[in-house]
Amino acid sequence: MSETALTGPVDWTSENAVGRRRSRHAANRRLQFYGIAAISTAIGLLGLLITTLVIGGYPAFLQTKITLDFPIKAEYVDAADPAAGNYRNVVRDALLQIAPEATTPPQQRMLGQLLTNNTQFFVRDAVVANPSVIGGTLTLTVPAADPIDQLNKGLIDRTLPENQRRVNDVQLGFYDRLVEAGQVSAPFNWALFFNSDSRFPELAGLAGAITGSFYALLICFLISFPVGIAAAIYLEEFAPRNRWTYLIEVNINNLAAVPSIVFGLLGLAVFIQLFGIPRSAPLAGGMVLALMTLPTMIIVTRNALKAVPPSIREGALGVGASKHQVIMHHVLPLSLPGILTGTIIGLAQALGETAPLLLVGMNAFITSPPGGFLEASTALPTQIFIWADSPERGFTSRTSAGILVLLGFLIVMNGIAIFLRQRLERRW
Amino acid sequence: MAQAALAPRDAAPAVFQTVRTPDLHPRPTKVKADTVKVFYGQKQALHGVTIDIPEKAVTAFIGPSGCGKSTFLRCLNRMNDTIDGCRVEGEILLDNRDIYDPSLDVVELRARVGMVFQKPNPFPKSIFENVAYGPRIHGLARSKAELEEIVVASLQKASLFNEVKDRLHEPGTGLSGGQQQRLCIARTIAVSPDVILMDEPCSALDPIATAKVEELIDELRKNFTIVIVTHSMQQAARVSQRTAFFHLGTLVEEGPTDHVFTNPSERRTQDYITGRFG
Ligand SMILES: Nc1ncnc2c1ncn2[C@@H]1O[C@H](COP(=O)(O)OP(=O)(O)OP(=O)(O)O)[C@@H](O)[C@H]1O
Ligand SMILES: [Mg+2]
Repeated sequence: MSETALTGPVDWTSENAVGRRRSRHAANRRLQFYGIAAISTAIGLLGLLITTLVIGGYPAFLQTKITLDFPIKAEYVDAADPAAGNYRNVVRDALLQIAPEATTPPQQRMLGQLLTNNTQFFVRDAVVANPSVIGGTLTLTVPAADPIDQLNKGLIDRTLPENQRRVNDVQLGFYDRLVEAGQVSAPFNWALFFNSDSRFPELAGLAGAITGSFYALLICFLISFPVGIAAAIYLEEFAPRNRWTYLIEVNINNLAAVPSIVFGLLGLAVFIQLFGIPRSAPLAGGMVLALMTLPTMIIVTRNALKAVPPSIREGALGVGASKHQVIMHHVLPLSLPGILTGTIIGLAQALGETAPLLLVGMNAFITSPPGGFLEASTALPTQIFIWADSPERGFTSRTSAGILVLLGFLIVMNGIAIFLRQRLERRW
Repeated sequence: MAQAALAPRDAAPAVFQTVRTPDLHPRPTKVKADTVKVFYGQKQALHGVTIDIPEKAVTAFIGPSGCGKSTFLRCLNRMNDTIDGCRVEGEILLDNRDIYDPSLDVVELRARVGMVFQKPNPFPKSIFENVAYGPRIHGLARSKAELEEIVVASLQKASLFNEVKDRLHEPGTGLSGGQQQRLCIARTIAVSPDVILMDEPCSALDPIATAKVEELIDELRKNFTIVIVTHSMQQAARVSQRTAFFHLGTLVEEGPTDHVFTNPSERRTQDYITGRFG
């Protein structure tokens, strides 16, 4: 206001002014540097994580297999009832072809340990499927046992003293003979995706876990999507702004921050003990995940609704639309991309959630995919947890592989979310 | 210095009197407001506004920013209902019927009293859908052909049809600002309202688009009662038949536009239209 506040012409070139500008520029650069350093650290750590996982996990994507000729002698397998044959002897005979000198039971046992424990069942199933081979020879490729798998992948050091490695010298000899005969191969391990859990790492796969996760996520989506949207619409569009709605709002925000294991405890107490939903069922897991996802769903939906410009609502109200019509015809369709993106990200979060599933028992040992929502099952993260806990070497790489598969799903889901956001987002 | 004579902002004048000059040939009254007071929470924005708005004419609301023009305009179609903590007192009659009467359906009221906003706000749908929306939700068309007829007629009345007839199914948001505003006007008249409220409809438009909208307003007054808020004295003078000058939440003066602009009875009106404050 007054003239005295002005000090006359400013000398922008004075030492003082130049110094001040220089320190301001330096501050800018510092801030930028901190940012870049932080991001580089984060990316570096992520890269390290992925590299470790890939190095640890890639062996699990290949499976050592051994191709053998199985003589299906009529004395062991009766053509009238092929399922009941003595396949243990069939396998033994097949193995004896590569090591005819193995006549003592200990030698034969070592020979048998080359192949997966379930070889006799593979042979049986093949014979049952094609009984015409009875009396002839069946050529079959079966998974090698875990130690041979490790050996073939170079994970067992042959130079170690015999008592320090899991493959003894006799077995090494057998193995070398098989390699020489070209009977050892290492194709892509489809079993990782099509088998369920097993006690034997060479047979264990993620099919059960993937199915279980799918069912649980479906339940989670079916509950949290409609409930979340309805709650968000009410809170955003209808609820009066008073102490009660404020309280509800604060609680929803707090709920989003509650440790997931608490939801697991709630699920155990309410869904399983009170409602009597079977333990380990994807239904129970999905309901717990829904509880956990619900606050996130409500928050993202509310934000998406808020992002619809008021001018659109006013325009609709101005031509006489009712509140219901404004929401259904304008606000909801316009916020759908945001809601969908949030939903996918919420589901991705739920997919990776482990603790609550452990509490409802989705970490059981289950060897076949669940046939429905009420059958016991595992889920991807709990399967990883189980494998991480298993002592066999083969499970170590499968743990990493399982994590890679989980990350793959998460990346795909987030990719879909980004795609949807880019495709459907509207600019005002 | 010129402001010293005026009451300080936000101080509610204890007693005030609106200076009214009647028309030479009075028109029938469409909307009658009686001592309308509006509160936003604790804050009073309107201190009792009484005005008769004549039928089939353009009434302009002018006044400095924050004086309550929009607030009063939004009372006329109860748009203030959507604002939390907004309370309206007094009486507003549309065709002698109290619009705040609980028995009156606000959806019907807003169909009869349409509104055009400051910023063009077409729905992010096609041009056709924008105009068809109102008739559709009010069930004004019995068939698809009839709906198309309404849309075309509305676009024609809004002098937009010739510009968009080849792209009725392209998004309305793809039009220019002036076209969008005329689309919003078409959307409003598609439900055949009695009254059209316009809150600074040209403030986001360039002079050419403004001229078109002004022409349109002049055309529309044959069939509709129009209330327009504007910051442009020239616009008020050009398009309106009556002008109401608001100041600090009160209606200072209202009368025939010629009279208010050439020979205002109130000192404050005089100061405002000559640009001495505002
Ligand atoms: N939603 C609201 N909540 C609280 N106060 C409001 C609200 N809308 C308007 N007001 C207040 O009411 C008074 C009148 O506002 P209004 O928008 O009616 O002014 P106006 O005459 O339209 O001004 P302008 O010419 O700038 O649009 C102002 O003091 C404003 O701060
Ligand atoms: Mg305004």
